[in-house]
Amino acid sequence: MTRERSALAAWIVLLALLAVLAPAFFAFGNLRDVVLSMVPVLVVAIGMTFVIVSGQIDISIGSQFAVCSIAAGLMAVAGLPMVFVALGTCVLGIAFGLINGALVSWLGVPSIVATLAMMVAAREGLRLGTGGAWVQNLPSTFQWLGLGQGAGQFVILLVAAVLFGVVAWAARNVAGARAVYATGSDAEAARLSGIDTRMVTLAVFAGMGAMAGLAAVLNAIRFSDVQSNAGVGLELKAIAAVVVGGASITGGRGTLVGTLIGVALLGSIGPALTFLGISPYWEKAIQGGIILTAVMGEAIAARRSRLSGRHA
Amino acid sequence: MLLEARGIRKSYGGVAALRQASLELRVGEVHAIVGENGAGKSTLIKILTGAVIADEGEIRLDGVPVVGHSPLKARSLGIVAIYQQPALFPDLTVAENIALASETGGAWRILDWKKRRLEAREVLDQIGARIDPECAVSRLSMAEQQLVEIARALRAKAKVLILDEPTASLTEQEALRLFEIIRDLRGRGVGLVYISHRLDELFQIADRVTVLRDGTVIGTEEMASIDRAKMIRMMVGRELSSVFPKVDVPIGEIALETEGLTLRCGEIVGMAGMVGSGRTEFAEELFGLRGGRTVQIRGRECHINSPSRAIELGIAYVPEDRRRNGLIMEMAIPANVGLASLKKLFLSPKAERAVAEDYRTRLQVKAGSMTDPVKTLSGGNQQKVSLARWLATNPKVLILDEPTQGIDVGAKAEIHQQMCELAKAGMAILMISSELPEVLGMSDRIAVMHEGKIVRVVPRSEATQEIILALAIGSRAA
Repeated sequence: MTRERSALAAWIVLLALLAVLAPAFFAFGNLRDVVLSMVPVLVVAIGMTFVIVSGQIDISIGSQFAVCSIAAGLMAVAGLPMVFVALGTCVLGIAFGLINGALVSWLGVPSIVATLAMMVAAREGLRLGTGGAWVQNLPSTFQWLGLGQGAGQFVILLVAAVLFGVVAWAARNVAGARAVYATGSDAEAARLSGIDTRMVTLAVFAGMGAMAGLAAVLNAIRFSDVQSNAGVGLELKAIAAVVVGGASITGGRGTLVGTLIGVALLGSIGPALTFLGISPYWEKAIQGGIILTAVMGEAIAARRSRLSGRHA
Repeated sequence: MLLEARGIRKSYGGVAALRQASLELRVGEVHAIVGENGAGKSTLIKILTGAVIADEGEIRLDGVPVVGHSPLKARSLGIVAIYQQPALFPDLTVAENIALASETGGAWRILDWKKRRLEAREVLDQIGARIDPECAVSRLSMAEQQLVEIARALRAKAKVLILDEPTASLTEQEALRLFEIIRDLRGRGVGLVYISHRLDELFQIADRVTVLRDGTVIGTEEMASIDRAKMIRMMVGRELSSVFPKVDVPIGEIALETEGLTLRCGEIVGMAGMVGSGRTEFAEELFGLRGGRTVQIRGRECHINSPSRAIELGIAYVPEDRRRNGLIMEMAIPANVGLASLKKLFLSPKAERAVAEDYRTRLQVKAGSMTDPVKTLSGGNQQKVSLARWLATNPKVLILDEPTQGIDVGAKAEIHQQMCELAKAGMAILMISSELPEVLGMSDRIAVMHEGKIVRVVPRSEATQEIILALAIGSRAA
């Protein structure tokens, strides 16, 4: 819980700094753009929270996101109604997740290796398939769902907010979600308590895929073309946000509120630097510093609990 | 009869863990199981809880045969085991830990946290545990975690509760508290299986006792009609059948002296004790792991605080678990042998091979090729490679932790033979072993550990299985 609070404190300090030095940051238009730019990361970070809490990792979501984006574009060009485009994209993401999950839970491939393979295969497969071409000539119903920029933005934010609220509630109150925490806390104890840990693993990866698909749709509809190189580095952003938000990288611990704070903190730094007149090249360095602090905090806490000899 | 197990047999890869085991547990009884290390107690419990499936035999609960046993089945039947290491979810709260053991239903079920907390409170109150249901389990002490496990078993409506060394990590006060809870559960008709090395405890708490030896049930007795001496006789009463090649060699000067133990050149000192008595910890301290230990070597006092310091002082340690602590399974014999002795910036494969070839002949390591990874060797030959690595450091003091555990008879004899050769050459050997005949057969003196301390060092001429076991159990009668 403390890491969650430290991240929140850091974010408030950043906002306070901006309020004094660059009040223009808080102009409605700018805030809206900043928040909108965070939506795709938040959506995948929601899925990533469960993956990490279950004790796994998924580094293929950037590639999944790219494939899903192109697929969404192609489905739209083919004339499918937007509802089906969105659903189809999510189903594609779930398919990716099921492959990852099956590799990890049934074949016992370590998740970092399985998803590394998926990351390369999906990214290179996409390059082969599209030849690097963007999807253009999208129907008018695609960008902003055909609602125009203002309403479209509102829909994106609404979808993200509702999703976050429902998932955050479910994480605490639905049995299946608690099974994810139990599995990540101690997989063997979970198995002995009658939890099907393989099913849990499969489900978190499938959920992760669905989130990657949804994020791809919410991102793609902001533009008039779909790029084929989208989502590079998205997995790192999501993992960083989850870890900064207080989740334990070894599983068992992590909240969605924490993840939200992590996304907000890491996502605010880039725009903040612009407003503060600092070179944007500092963004990655500062984000790296925050992640390092968070991970060090966890290592120190783990060391302390080891020394206090709970398992002595 | 509440629980019956009959004709249980179980082998692991040809090695019999249980030959002929049976157990009868009555309603409202505390039934103790005792036996030496490796007598088959753990295997029997695992079979009762469905964690391991027996090769043969039958389990009946309330007279009904249990078919398709599994941990889940055991849970639904109300057979719960509490192991030495708590099997809880450290990151989750007490209430959730308790709830997870008994809740059933689909993944989409919505949880009632208020009910979960109330129910947790209720079962905690039943055993008089003042623990906050909202607290994360990782913040509780061992004793508190054990109480949570008992509460969890109550919540799951356990009919049979199996306690494996429940007092091992408890203080005396906490243990007395546990006994009260056990008596209370017994009063409610729960059948308890109680495993403990501490025989004194059994006289306080158990109604009957079943003695296991070498995978066979020797007998079940009423506690009232048995005394400690008889129990120990039942536990060890075997003939010393195997022949050990131990030869007496002249004992030389003191090689190493530390609190509680003196090792002389040419001497083999056996170290006996129950699992968890601190034998491996003692050896690891001597070798500079675990914070180290102060020793006297050749009249000089040294504090050993790292393995490299220990090696410098001529101490070598062949650890217990070859796979986990010893060999690098993917690497070939020469690299494994040279690891501790050939410490240079640039390794010479030639020197490695030469050393390895030398030991391969001396120790009769049977390997297809020197370049094969060590994992392809048999257990006995792996142990020889592990031994070779440490002999290559040219030690004065050799510590062997369970040197013949899980290896075949032939290789075992060869390792015993080698130990004698080494002693003859003037090496001081400390051999930790859970196998009493081995300790008695190979040692000049036997150091017995109990609860982290060497309680006595018995000379070979005075040592019998009964005496060693009695000391290891911490029995005052010895």
